[in-house]
Amino acid sequence: MSEAILDQVTQGEYKYGFSSDIETDIIPIGLSEEVVRLISAKKNEPEWMLEFRLKAYRHWITMEMPTWAHLNIPEIDYQSIAYYAAPRKNAPKSLDEVDPELLKTFEKLGIPLHERMALSGIAVDAVMDSISVKTTFKESLNEMGIIFCSFSDAVEHHPDLVQKYMASVVPYTDNFYATLNSAVFSDGSFVYIPKGVRCPMELSTYFRINAMNTGQFERTLIIADDDSYVSYLEGCTAPMRDENQLHAAIVEIVALKNAQVKYSTVQNWYPGDKNGKGGIFNFVTKRGICKGENSKISWTQVETGSAITWKYPSCILLGDNSSAEFYSVAVTNHHQQADTGTKMQHIGKNTRSHILSKGISAGQGQNSYRGLVKVNKNAENSRNYSQCDSLLLGDKCGAHTFPYMEVNNDSSVVEHEATTSKINEDQIFYCNQRGISTEDAVGLIVNGYAKEVLNQLPMEFAVEAQKLLQITLEGSVG
Amino acid sequence: MEQQYIELYKQHHESIKEHSATVMNTLRDGSFTLFEKLGFPTSKLENYKYSDLKEPLSIDYGLNINRVTIPVNPYEVFKCDVPGIHSFLFFVVNDAFYPVNEPNNKSLPNGVIIGSLKEIATTHPELLKDYYGKLSTTKNDGLVAFNGAFAQDGFFMYVPKGVVLDQPVQLINIMRSDVDFMANSHNLIILEDGAHAQLLVCDHTMDEVRFLSNRVTEVFVGENASYEHYKLENTHIKTTNLSTLLIDQKTSSTVLTNVITLHNGVTRNSIEIDLDGEHCETRLCGMVIADKNQQVDNFTYIMHNKPNCNSNELFKYVLDDNSKAGFTGKILVAKDAQKTSAFQINKNILLKKTAKMSTKPQLEIYADDVKCSHGATIGQLDETAKFYMQSRGIPEAEAKLLLMYAFTSDVIENIRITALQDRIKILVEKRLRGDLSKCEGCIICQ
Repeated sequence: MSEAILDQVTQGEYKYGFSSDIETDIIPIGLSEEVVRLISAKKNEPEWMLEFRLKAYRHWITMEMPTWAHLNIPEIDYQSIAYYAAPRKNAPKSLDEVDPELLKTFEKLGIPLHERMALSGIAVDAVMDSISVKTTFKESLNEMGIIFCSFSDAVEHHPDLVQKYMASVVPYTDNFYATLNSAVFSDGSFVYIPKGVRCPMELSTYFRINAMNTGQFERTLIIADDDSYVSYLEGCTAPMRDENQLHAAIVEIVALKNAQVKYSTVQNWYPGDKNGKGGIFNFVTKRGICKGENSKISWTQVETGSAITWKYPSCILLGDNSSAEFYSVAVTNHHQQADTGTKMQHIGKNTRSHILSKGISAGQGQNSYRGLVKVNKNAENSRNYSQCDSLLLGDKCGAHTFPYMEVNNDSSVVEHEATTSKINEDQIFYCNQRGISTEDAVGLIVNGYAKEVLNQLPMEFAVEAQKLLQITLEGSVG
Repeated sequence: MEQQYIELYKQHHESIKEHSATVMNTLRDGSFTLFEKLGFPTSKLENYKYSDLKEPLSIDYGLNINRVTIPVNPYEVFKCDVPGIHSFLFFVVNDAFYPVNEPNNKSLPNGVIIGSLKEIATTHPELLKDYYGKLSTTKNDGLVAFNGAFAQDGFFMYVPKGVVLDQPVQLINIMRSDVDFMANSHNLIILEDGAHAQLLVCDHTMDEVRFLSNRVTEVFVGENASYEHYKLENTHIKTTNLSTLLIDQKTSSTVLTNVITLHNGVTRNSIEIDLDGEHCETRLCGMVIADKNQQVDNFTYIMHNKPNCNSNELFKYVLDDNSKAGFTGKILVAKDAQKTSAFQINKNILLKKTAKMSTKPQLEIYADDVKCSHGATIGQLDETAKFYMQSRGIPEAEAKLLLMYAFTSDVIENIRITALQDRIKILVEKRLRGDLSKCEGCIICQ
């Protein structure tokens, strides 16, 4: 009986799978020094940017793909990927100039650009494939001195800031995928919040992978100057594809004295079909640094998509009294694999970090939590509490935890707890008894289980995230 | 580092074999080839992340390949006993079984065989051939492979079907040498269905030289059998103790291991348990009290291969001075091992700013109907509890001691030999007072 329900429900197709016909400008596949130069030239980048890319490229060719993650990654041929794709009609000035196909794409996703703008007051920097198509609310943010633009714009107009902070958190030598990104990154978002400014709205971007066979390599840089605050949202949905697509992004956050940055993600790239065919490879490097005293960075992520996820949003707690949070819900269904978690590096005194991770595995999904909490010798009175729970739905899935804790002084306290268990049959039975179908019951229970994390999301996102959880999982009873 | 041992083996493998038994020699070349390939483990390996063996392995140790008998009177070393314990007493000097005439050993139940692995391999080859190397050869581990190539003797214990040993077996390892010395020994313990045995292993060092012991112990626990393994380490700061304990459990068997490190130099304990039948019960306990430059790493790996098994882990560390310690608690629940429950707790206290602790619990779960949890903490003594005691007239030092003692007490409670439990209580208290660490060498009783 449960087998039947499992089959029936876990076969839910990817709801957001479609491909819109927008002309894209693609350069030949493969990666070489010429391609790096070509990308840089196409984007009219200054010399220092090209130098940075070339340095990264030259380092990248000496590196090998990491194999330590609990993932089964098929051989990736980096020479068969096109490293740049941009919609041809660039930088429209108003909605009328935006490709109607593109607008329709957003509408299909249930997030019409203008509606978003009007209803929720969110400034959306829509990244369609690789180039920023439209930046909204730019003017009103400008008045406050907030810079929210595409990365290329920032390179053009704010080179001093970009030069100062780019790669200061994730150096180009950091890891295989980060180095690849540093060499070929296409575009992304740039945020600068000046001293003492509290950003009045949630900043948001939507990333979509849209052209055939193009890896998307965004780069996001968020700088919060002294005493500032910003909440940044990033959401992803991608059309259905048969071939695996590579996604290797970098997100860097710099929080200066007393600054606060809240970064939320809902990730719903195409996970592949129920036989494990297709899907996005999501190999992302996200890292923030609490550079100043009393600064705070908070990561919230809801991971429901991608065939393979390799993602560890981390924090370097450098400033005294700084704090960091990490909230995560990761769902794997069908043949999805996820190896995700966080790193908390306590360097400053009295630093605090909190980790809350909820993993949900269904179908034949493999879900791993991997985390490191490291307390340096001088990080006196540091405090960490980590909790990572796993929920299993189905007898073919796997849930794994790999926490590392390293403490090098005698005044810090690090705590970790983890549980793994099956979805509670009594609860399902209770719901059934009251006329709630098994599918809905599972949705309810899973949403309840993930509530602590979902509560951290801004309201607009919380709704979307709940829906996503339900779509990905509905009724996967084991 | 490896090269000198590779050369040594190539030149002297004939004499190594000559002074060992056929059963052991059949696997020797294979182990050597594996060691040639793997070398000694480094902290780059995930399983050895918290063991830094580079320094102790770089010492130029002597090996006793030709089995020269070392004149020693074990009773001289082993002046102390666990008071009130009645046990069957055996000695291993360096890596050789040392025959003594213990009157009590004559009362061993019929059929029980305890003695030198080398000798029994010659007299009862049929007893060993199904067991020797069965677990150790499956491990892709440099230290185990090294042991397979160089170990010539060890301790052997066989308890036949249904036999219950009413007294614990006490095995005293004595390290005695005038020069820096390395001992490789292979222990084999077989408990047939329904048998019961308790083994207490104590390590002692006699001399002020550098010792390295690389010991592999294979334990086979039959259906409904029960086995308890206690290891007490109380050696000096120049000792390196590398021990690999491999246990295979059959249906409805129970195993308890309790590894207590009170004083040592560098310690690495690997405990790997293979739950090879349903309804098995496993409990792993351990305690570390370390100071100075002591280094301790406990690596545990429980493989839940069959359904309905329970495992429980409890490890506690108190670290002072420059000591450095690690704990890895790996639990694997295989695909069809439903109804598994696996629990793990690791709690650590750091007393000085220079002490270091790293812990790595690890759950890999491929079945859905399981209950698994792990918890780990690294912290300090409870300030409020200390204050409470101080406000009632207990001096600070005494209050700290009480708290530390209480902290370790649940590990001590997992000792099922009353006399030993009492003894450990005293030793731990002494150790926490710093009495033991003041002395160099094994002078527990002074």
